[in-house]
Amino acid sequence: MSVSSKVLPMRTEEDLMIVRQTVKAWMIEQEFSLLEQTKLVTAISEIGRNALVYGGGGSALLEQLLENCRVGIRVTIEDQGPGIADIEQALQDAYSTGNGLGFGLSGAKRLVMDFDICSKPGQGTRIKMTVWN
Amino acid sequence: MIIDNISRIADIITRHQESILNDWLHEQLVALSARQDLISESNLRLQSTELLSLFVPACNTGSLSDITQPEWAFVLDFLNKISSSRAILGFSPSETATFIFSLKQPLFDCLRQELNSDAEVLVDELWIATVLLDKLGLYTTEVFQKSREEIIRRQQRDMLELSTPVVKLWDGILAVPLIGTLDSIRTQVVMETLLQSIVDTGSHIAILDITGVPIVDTMIAQNLLKTVAAARLMGSECIICGIRPQIAQTMVHLGVAFGDVVTKATLSDALAYAFRRINRAVIQQVAHD
Ligand SMILES: Nc1ncnc2c1ncn2[C@@H]1O[C@H](COP(=O)(O)OP(=O)(O)OP(=O)(O)O)[C@@H](O)[C@H]1O
Ligand SMILES: [Mg+2]
Repeated sequence: MSVSSKVLPMRTEEDLMIVRQTVKAWMIEQEFSLLEQTKLVTAISEIGRNALVYGGGGSALLEQLLENCRVGIRVTIEDQGPGIADIEQALQDAYSTGNGLGFGLSGAKRLVMDFDICSKPGQGTRIKMTVWN
Repeated sequence: MIIDNISRIADIITRHQESILNDWLHEQLVALSARQDLISESNLRLQSTELLSLFVPACNTGSLSDITQPEWAFVLDFLNKISSSRAILGFSPSETATFIFSLKQPLFDCLRQELNSDAEVLVDELWIATVLLDKLGLYTTEVFQKSREEIIRRQQRDMLELSTPVVKLWDGILAVPLIGTLDSIRTQVVMETLLQSIVDTGSHIAILDITGVPIVDTMIAQNLLKTVAAARLMGSECIICGIRPQIAQTMVHLGVAFGDVVTKATLSDALAYAFRRINRAVIQQVAHD
């Protein structure tokens, strides 16, 4: 169950910084460990930058979750860019169509507890990442 | 209609130059009353006199509706100078636009006096004057905006340079304390400053201290590696230090590493390693009594 939520723009590096800072503040409030904070914030950095670079910008939905007395945070980043034709390939380590290292997508998936990607050519990309404390 | 005829504005200004100038100056001083620290009355008078002296010849050519015509070039040039200097002096946009807009009242007063016998001509001339001054006023705000943006860009760049100092720790050993996010602009600045310092000091070791970098994502890792590669080409070895435990673990999950670059937990570990590399040792002196 989502107890509170916030939609933020994801159009510039500054927007990405604000999303990172907002999530970091929530995680401190919910007493996530420093490691969990760093992992999620880094994953947001990767997925957010992909949305900026490949998706031409979009938005981020931040949700504070509560389920069976457990608190969590879900970050959904979406763009209306070209989408990803072969998700499996994009999720491979060291695969990049740009001049990146190609570890952003696959790395972000490893950094969070739940990773959900939804992307179709021509329909943009939506990635949902969830962590629980 | 006088649109096709020569407007009488230039002629009227010439004949009433003195009173228009005084009234205009008065209007400006009232509008800027709180900001007398920014500009002196004598300076305002000089600027106003000069503008009128450029304004009249431009009006005389007849194209009062189009300030992009070449005859307006001198006026625009002058307004450009005034606006950018006001941006630097700390005027607000409206205080800058006041220069032009406060000319309206004195000019309209004169037009009314001179043309009171012909309402139709008066309306036409007032309309021409309003449109013209609005355009010039808008031009000053546009220039002002551009100058402000330029100033901000320069300040941001200065700040970047200030916040990425390269310090000499020892003969041949440099340290670069990095703070915040290492985006591409910042990387560029760091790289330039570091490479220049390597040349200036002939250093063989550069310590990149990332204690102040909150996260290391693929972009930051890549930018650090680029900096290391550039320093290597200049014959210097880089050491990366200040990788905090949570960042080290996150990097492992992410799958990025610093390759064959030497990494140390703390700056003092890095310095100790650097001393060994340049064959120096720190020796504890035996106490004499
Ligand atoms: N939002 C997106 N829209 C379209 N394509 C994307 C999007 N995100 C990722 N991709 C595609 O997936 C590839 C892999 O992404 P990933 O983040 O792993 O690597 P990268 O961004 O190229 O490099 P790195 O993130 O390591 O700097 C990208 O090169 C790009 O082709
Ligand atoms: Mg990426």
